[in-house]
Amino acid sequence: MSKLILSRRSLIRTGALGGGLLLSGCDKLYQQPGFRSVLESGENLHRATQRALGGQALAREFRVSDMSPNFRANGSKEGAGDEYRRHLAQGFAQWALRVDGMVGRPLNLPLTALQSLPQRKQITRHDCVEGWSAIGQWQGPQLSHVLDLARVSPAAKYLIFHCADIYGGKPYYESIDMVDAFHPQTILAWQMNGRPLPQEHGAPLRLRVERQLGYKHAKFVTRIEARDTLAGVYGGKGGYWEDNGGYAWYAGI
Amino acid sequence: MATMRHDERQGEASEAAPQAPRGGEVVRRHRLSTRIWHWVNALALLVLLMSGLMIFNAHPRLYWGEFGANFDYAWLEIGQRGNAGMLRIGTWQIDTTGWLGIWTDQDGVVRRRAIPYWATLPSRYSLADGRIWHLAFAWVLALSLLGYLLWSLVNGHLRRDVHITREEWRPAHIWRDMKDHARLRFPTGAAALRYNVLQKLAYASILFVLLPLMIVTGLAMSPGTDAWAPIVTELFGGRQTARSIHFLCAWGLVGFFVIHIAMVVLAGPFNEIRSIITGKYRLPRERLSKERDA
Repeated sequence: MSKLILSRRSLIRTGALGGGLLLSGCDKLYQQPGFRSVLESGENLHRATQRALGGQALAREFRVSDMSPNFRANGSKEGAGDEYRRHLAQGFAQWALRVDGMVGRPLNLPLTALQSLPQRKQITRHDCVEGWSAIGQWQGPQLSHVLDLARVSPAAKYLIFHCADIYGGKPYYESIDMVDAFHPQTILAWQMNGRPLPQEHGAPLRLRVERQLGYKHAKFVTRIEARDTLAGVYGGKGGYWEDNGGYAWYAGI
Repeated sequence: MATMRHDERQGEASEAAPQAPRGGEVVRRHRLSTRIWHWVNALALLVLLMSGLMIFNAHPRLYWGEFGANFDYAWLEIGQRGNAGMLRIGTWQIDTTGWLGIWTDQDGVVRRRAIPYWATLPSRYSLADGRIWHLAFAWVLALSLLGYLLWSLVNGHLRRDVHITREEWRPAHIWRDMKDHARLRFPTGAAALRYNVLQKLAYASILFVLLPLMIVTGLAMSPGTDAWAPIVTELFGGRQTARSIHFLCAWGLVGFFVIHIAMVVLAGPFNEIRSIITGKYRLPRERLSKERDA
């Protein structure tokens, strides 16, 4: 019997040792840039397949009765800087959204101008990269309207969303391509659940890009810049988490 | 157990098997396609399980329905109560300090996360890296399964070896196989060429139920897929239900793995492992008649 226990103990020890070797092996393998880039290229496969199969399909919309009783706020819960705090105190009366870069007509759009454009109201599910979901109602002009007003250049490939929040000491930003920019459900939401966007959800304006994960839905948006490349903007990978956390730029999965 | 109890249709090894094998002969048991898929799938499942546990660590709470976040009721939760690790399922809760919720990492640092480092990929917390591993190997799992199923349909593997006959579905037949398994009386001679009904049920449920469910519930969590194929998410009654089923099926696969390994050990590990690497398998010798009649 003692022999059996001994062999069982050594079996467990061998298993733990083997598992440990396997683990450190996987971690080491992952540190090889070549191996890592092969795994990361899965992102291109995801984007290509989802776009090919999905086209301009709409994200599912829900009824009022389907909504989360309490919508979790995540990431930055407040904007940063004196300028933001002044706008917040003034109820964003003097605030304006800047639209520039590769556009024929750069714009400064006050909140009232965004509110007087044709509005889209949608109840959608917000899926966080962490795994949780919340359903809420969003309202604002379609981004395509704003882009048409600004006469965005056909050569523009990306929109950069500059934000007023600082996360982990660095300014937050995000980017999408023109497929998502002109998607009917891509809106600049100034209203959430029937009320002006609260600060923790990105007052006064946040992006809704419904077929992607939460970190793409930039909050506290102050400026939209049209560009033909992501290179040269902050870390060059097209977003705060893409630059600093290794998240995929395409977040449809 | 009588050896030639079933009908005479034979398994994969039939081409190479001699006439009326009685045991002791070395036969070809697993085709190349089966062997390749087995190991690709084993690797993919290991990577997917461990990277999946890393992803789970980002939000170790499970819900039913379409939405679910911190304010909502979680049916399963791994976390902390003060300085104790805990697992809660419904109203049942146990202290898991050292194993789940609170554990010590490879550097001796106490971590307050759900799944410990030795079970996750990467071993240090990184949701981003866990996702990169997981989403890349999801393709390996899905494409290799699709390829294997199509090829096995073409070469007759599914029809000959996995298809469960009407005779085998009879409760009495299943019960007899269960009794044989419980007594560890494994088939010998020619009967060992074929899968018995419990093996068929296990393999069929992996191929046609658990693995496809993993893939479909995985896709159901993707906001992109939910737009072009909403039925995938609706089928499960919501994204959070799909996430819960994804988690449960993963443990179903772990359960299969444990039984699978136990059976390999009991049935003779050398012979079994050789057969899934080289394809060669020595048929177990028939038992003495006295034993067989017992």
